[in-house]
Amino acid sequence: MLRAIRHKNILPAFSAFRAFSSSAKEMTVREALNSALDEEMSADPKVFLMGEEVGEYQGAYKITKGLLDKYGPERVLDTPITEEMALICLLNILQAGFTGIGVGAAYYGLRPVVEFMTFNFSMQAIDHIINSAAKSNYMSAGQISVPIVFRGPNGAAAGVGAQHSQCYAAWYASCPGLKVLSPYSSEDARGLLKAAIRDPDPVVFLENELLYGESFPVSAEVLDSSFCLPIGKAKIEREGKDVTITAFSKMVGYALKAAEILAKEGISAEVINLRSIRPLDRSTINASVRKTNRLVTVEEGFPQHGVGAEICTSVIEESFGYLDAPVERIAGADVPMPYAANLERMAVPQVEDIVRAAKRACYRSVPLAATA
Amino acid sequence: MSFSATNFAQPRPVPVGIRSNEKSLSSDPFRFRFRGSPSFLGSPHSLRFNPTPPLKLAIPHSRRSPAAAVTDVSNGKMVKSSANMLITKEEGLELYEDMILGRFFEDMCAQMYYRGKMFGFVHLYNGQEAVSTGFIKLLKKEDTVVSTYRDHVHALSKGVPARAVMSELFGKATGCCRGQGGSMHMFSKEHNLIGGFAFIGEGIPVATGAAFSSKYRREVLKEASADHVTLAFFGDGTCNNGQFYECLNMAALWKLPIIFVVENNLWAIGMSHLRATSDPEIWKKGPAFGMAGVHVDGMDVLKVREVAKEAIERARRGDGPTLVECETYRFRGHSLADPDELRDPAEKARYAARDPISALKKYMIENKLANEQELKSIEKKIDEVLDDAVEYSDESPLPPRSQLLENVFADPKGFGIGPDGKYRCEDPKFTQGTAHV
Repeated sequence: MLRAIRHKNILPAFSAFRAFSSSAKEMTVREALNSALDEEMSADPKVFLMGEEVGEYQGAYKITKGLLDKYGPERVLDTPITEEMALICLLNILQAGFTGIGVGAAYYGLRPVVEFMTFNFSMQAIDHIINSAAKSNYMSAGQISVPIVFRGPNGAAAGVGAQHSQCYAAWYASCPGLKVLSPYSSEDARGLLKAAIRDPDPVVFLENELLYGESFPVSAEVLDSSFCLPIGKAKIEREGKDVTITAFSKMVGYALKAAEILAKEGISAEVINLRSIRPLDRSTINASVRKTNRLVTVEEGFPQHGVGAEICTSVIEESFGYLDAPVERIAGADVPMPYAANLERMAVPQVEDIVRAAKRACYRSVPLAATA
Repeated sequence: MSFSATNFAQPRPVPVGIRSNEKSLSSDPFRFRFRGSPSFLGSPHSLRFNPTPPLKLAIPHSRRSPAAAVTDVSNGKMVKSSANMLITKEEGLELYEDMILGRFFEDMCAQMYYRGKMFGFVHLYNGQEAVSTGFIKLLKKEDTVVSTYRDHVHALSKGVPARAVMSELFGKATGCCRGQGGSMHMFSKEHNLIGGFAFIGEGIPVATGAAFSSKYRREVLKEASADHVTLAFFGDGTCNNGQFYECLNMAALWKLPIIFVVENNLWAIGMSHLRATSDPEIWKKGPAFGMAGVHVDGMDVLKVREVAKEAIERARRGDGPTLVECETYRFRGHSLADPDELRDPAEKARYAARDPISALKKYMIENKLANEQELKSIEKKIDEVLDDAVEYSDESPLPPRSQLLENVFADPKGFGIGPDGKYRCEDPKFTQGTAHV
């Protein structure tokens, strides 16, 4: 099994520029994450990093660049390939070992930040994420809390095949005891990662590999070392009055692009950046739907039992009378991710899919895309 | 005069592991010796009737302790000198009391289960008390114990009150985990018992992490008093699980203060260890990773204690982990739901004759450390403790309905911590989202 380490120079899929009234210092998501880790590690000596290639390699995606030199090998731990044994192949990732070690350290008040090279590999450690991290506070009736952060890239990259492309938001978000965060911009990345590290509970922090190299403007407030965003609150990225589009991670960018296109056709879309998948900000979503009366949920992961399904049900439970159209759910194709570039493009939601769904929700007659 | 010799395999270029007391193994003609190509693919039946002569280890014993072990006394060899006792009277009584508490508690659990007061999965520890008592009674309160689903006696040895454990088993609000954990998930922060894990092998990485935190505190946070040791208990079946090897590797690599205690009771539910393992000698896996590997007779509390002392001292000094394989046996089935049909009654009878409690009793009486009366009074005392525990648990209330949604997060409503360091849900400007209680 070959794991391609993405080269840093990925051209962004689209430009992330938008008009900001405050100062327009730009920061890539990678720099945002790196600075957040740096600041939290210097503020609290109990914070330490663990993962494959986080130290000497400077991070598989260079998120932890410079931290080994600054904090030393005792706080930035390169681990052996030990997630949980499955195969004997050299390149296979074995993660339960160090995930469980992170949990054990967290039981004693240390604050590990465990990096998974991608969240696909977290499946090998998922027993520890769910059974020892998420459930411990409950099983011990509050005696043992687990202030651990599991972070890493989630979802599809480009051309990496079925075993490296799954989105785990729905899986982790269904588990009580975990907090699941998914940033989009640099501001999100910085604020949510700092909040996650300070949090006394296990947090699954789902980044996106293709966003690492993207720049976003950041205000001075974001650059402050005590900046952190609330967990459980979504952000309304763009206000609108005709249809609500919810998204997280990379799909927020696509949704914003779709909103631009829809605006030209007279549909004013409100884009919600979920930021926090668990706890889900149901009140913001419902308030928005009560305003616009139409909902399109966008996610990259598999459709069945996905984040969109949960949002749809939440809206039906709380704001059924306000809906003027059925909820439209955009998700990845219900297939393992293909390798061929054109098939991969079809398996992941694109801007046109979001535009089409929004129009359907507004009863502009557009035929459904062909199903697989 | 017979000696109990405990020898450690040191992780030098050609690591060598030596068994502690060959006698106990060699006197067992039914124990299969692994030599060359195994013929044990098949039913346990074929294993039992293949007695082979004991392995002759050419390596000399490097260390001998002068005192005799409990099993030697049981085998009829009297110890002449009382100046070389392994334990004092107080220690002996403490060990005896702890083992009796473990045994009587588990018997009481069985009774309560069949009366319907206890439910779910209950895994009893009868027969293995020497391992728990031998190790845990040497620990400080700050040292950590991580266990499996067979954790009642580990909890008791570590100091969790019998009342708290019993009411946890009854599912009452006064249990050590307020009834939220159950038989397989005993946690006590006060006594540093951090589980209680249902999946085999799950506790091993957590224990390794606890040991890591001890080392981290000492070296990075510079807390000089952080020399806490961690004990990870697990069984023979777990030794075929990947996480075990990952942790042996990392513990040896980072020289963590941890002791991996294998309670090899030869059976993983109904799977015989010999049928499931390519090399059944688990202690040998320690030197493969560069750590000491020891085998000890787990039915003899004094031998276990001796081995434990050395291993704990090694860990506290900072010299790294030890893998200790305790050959022991569970007198009951895997759990109370297990009909236990696969184990040979002759094997059970053999091990019943090596009951650690009666062996210690015989040792103490014959070495004039205690008399019949004192031991009987300990048993009576424990009977009373348990009757009180059952009564307390019966009378304790069930958890209130509001407890269902509590303790999911350490953070009261699950909204995280704000930049001022306080819980966000306490900020009046923060609108409530989800997570109502």
